[in-house]
Amino acid sequence: MFKYLKQFTSLVAVVAMLFTFTTETMAAKKSKTLKNTQKKGFVRCGVSQGLPGFSNADAAGNWTGVDVDVCRAVAAAVLGDANKVKFTPLSAKERFTALTSGEIDILSRNTTWTLSRDADIGLTFVGVNFYDGQGFMVRKSSGITSTSQFKNGISACTNIGTTTELNMRDFFNSRGISYEPVAFEKADEVVAAYDAGRCDTYTTDKSGLAAQRTKMKNPDEHIVLPETISKEPLGPVVRQGDSVWEDIVRWSLNTMIEAEEYGITSANADSMKTSDNPQIKRLVGAEGEMGAAFGLDNEWNLRIIKQVGNYGESYKRNIADTGILPDRGPNELWTKGGILYVPPSR
Amino acid sequence: MNIKLKDIGPQLITVLAVVLIFGFFTYNAQVNMENRGIDFGYGFLSQESSFDVQFSLIEYDGSHSYFRAYLVGLLNTILVSVIGIILATILGVIVGIARLSPNYLINKFAAFYVEFFRNIPLLLQIFFWYFAALRALPLPQDAEPLLGVTFLTIKGYFVPAFIWENFNIFFYSVVAAIIAIIVIRINAKKLQETQGKQTPVLLISIGLLLILPLLSFLIGGVRLSFEVPVLKQLATTSFIYEGGVSLPPELIALALSLSLYTATFIAECVRAGIQGVGKGQKEAAASIGLTPNQVLKLVIMPQALRIIIPPTTNQYLNLTKNSSLAAAIAYPDLVLVFAGTALMQTGKAIEIVSITMFTYLSLSISISILMNWYNKKIAIQEK
Repeated sequence: MFKYLKQFTSLVAVVAMLFTFTTETMAAKKSKTLKNTQKKGFVRCGVSQGLPGFSNADAAGNWTGVDVDVCRAVAAAVLGDANKVKFTPLSAKERFTALTSGEIDILSRNTTWTLSRDADIGLTFVGVNFYDGQGFMVRKSSGITSTSQFKNGISACTNIGTTTELNMRDFFNSRGISYEPVAFEKADEVVAAYDAGRCDTYTTDKSGLAAQRTKMKNPDEHIVLPETISKEPLGPVVRQGDSVWEDIVRWSLNTMIEAEEYGITSANADSMKTSDNPQIKRLVGAEGEMGAAFGLDNEWNLRIIKQVGNYGESYKRNIADTGILPDRGPNELWTKGGILYVPPSR
Repeated sequence: MNIKLKDIGPQLITVLAVVLIFGFFTYNAQVNMENRGIDFGYGFLSQESSFDVQFSLIEYDGSHSYFRAYLVGLLNTILVSVIGIILATILGVIVGIARLSPNYLINKFAAFYVEFFRNIPLLLQIFFWYFAALRALPLPQDAEPLLGVTFLTIKGYFVPAFIWENFNIFFYSVVAAIIAIIVIRINAKKLQETQGKQTPVLLISIGLLLILPLLSFLIGGVRLSFEVPVLKQLATTSFIYEGGVSLPPELIALALSLSLYTATFIAECVRAGIQGVGKGQKEAAASIGLTPNQVLKLVIMPQALRIIIPPTTNQYLNLTKNSSLAAAIAYPDLVLVFAGTALMQTGKAIEIVSITMFTYLSLSISISILMNWYNKKIAIQEK
């Protein structure tokens, strides 16, 4: 009996060794995710199932939006072509599992950065590409113009699996209002149910409310209330454990924001190479070795600006010009009264 | 010795292979979760859930634990399954018998119903009934009272709440009536077997069920009053009923679509069962002077049930599992509350999905055991 036990343990040991061996060789010096991405030839990006302005596909299957542009920027940086992205539409419920299980490499899906998400579930948030806050939409005809007019028994439609559900509870609880939460799995059903009159109010991030309002039968019948009940910093997320990839995504986003700060656009990026300002020259790959640490060439940031544009261009193209949120509010540069502020590329 | 090894060998290898494969996947999952920095554990179940649920059979709000949220979801799943099974059985039996009716119109109408509802995907039917209901139902302020005091509106079906005094005495009187009925039935059967006397069991049963609870009102001090829903204004055009009990439209739409869909399959089981009983049985029963009602009750149904029960068990299992489509229309069942919101808030995918799978497995096996017991009870008893 003992003899067999010994043999069995050695077998287990061999299998275990095989495993450690393979995992170690794969976690070579370079980023595993970067290596895989370059081998595949496309960036695997998780996006929403359709939120105008953030990530939305047109009839031909072309994705646009500020969240989409983050993935495009990474593709431009690591593959040289902003179009080499494979988009995977995900529900709020699926998104983190898709990322942690390795189905996608970047999650850029209007996802709120919170402590528990960052710390608990194998994720790392790399930055903020949109400062949002939760709000309420009501029918104009209801005469409600402020959340202070909410009364006991109000019913609120929303999505499951988001911070929205938690904020809603905090909001109504702190005001001592009893409410009926009606939580759907998909945003389309939330909109349809609210539009049909199932709920008195529809609550989600204000940018989402503004975007979904455009899908209503008659958008002019609805208003978004002025109050913001939570902080919702939305940003791209990567898997924990690949710090090089994390840095690439973080600095791709930072490059877009900093380019706007220094007035570099997709149109003038090439001519900026001869600028007198060393900070501008670093941002277009004309000075320093800004890509080496990531295992990238020196013009990675120039490609981002040329192919995707700076943050301001992306915002204008996707959110302002589509009429979703023409006013940039907090998503304006710190130099212009907003709170967009990123560390310097140097 | 030799024979033993030959017999046991292949089985041992099979068991070993299964254990190894299972072990490999477990190990693999462990390694991957470790690499990605994901903790494994069920400790989160006792944490505060901090989300609310629309509709719950037990007291619950966000200050309760995730385990409590799990129970809320489980009870809601059981509730819609039980309602669905009862409605589907009643409708299925009626339609199944109607399909055998000699009346052309009834017969064809039943056939049309079966073919129509069982050939459209259930999810579409759920969406249809839910959004059709939402479009068709009036806003609370426009609702006409149904039966005087109930209101069917887009925000739910509002019915009066029962407010009991000394409810336990009423409850005991009902229990006493049921026990009395069982005793009378056993006696009646004995009387029939030994002396051939027939007792009007049904009449006595109904009488007992009415008289005993009535007595509890007259002398037991039981009082029942109703809390009728009252319209309350929330804003200029937004109203709600307060007081009473409200059944959410999500529950109504889900129970309706589940039972309409499953009833078609049960109807076919019933038809097959009745047709499976030999024609001679019916004729023989009629020839000894039994009335058509007695023929159906005493001769056909007992034999048909033996054919009907096993496939119908499958339909009950299907209905229970299909109830998980609730997530699509916001009915807070196990999948929406636990495998949806709770999974998202905690990120414990493997733990929560495994608990959910195990729960559905247990539910299905419980139904199977119950139905198998009933099936055995009505099977031919060899003497």
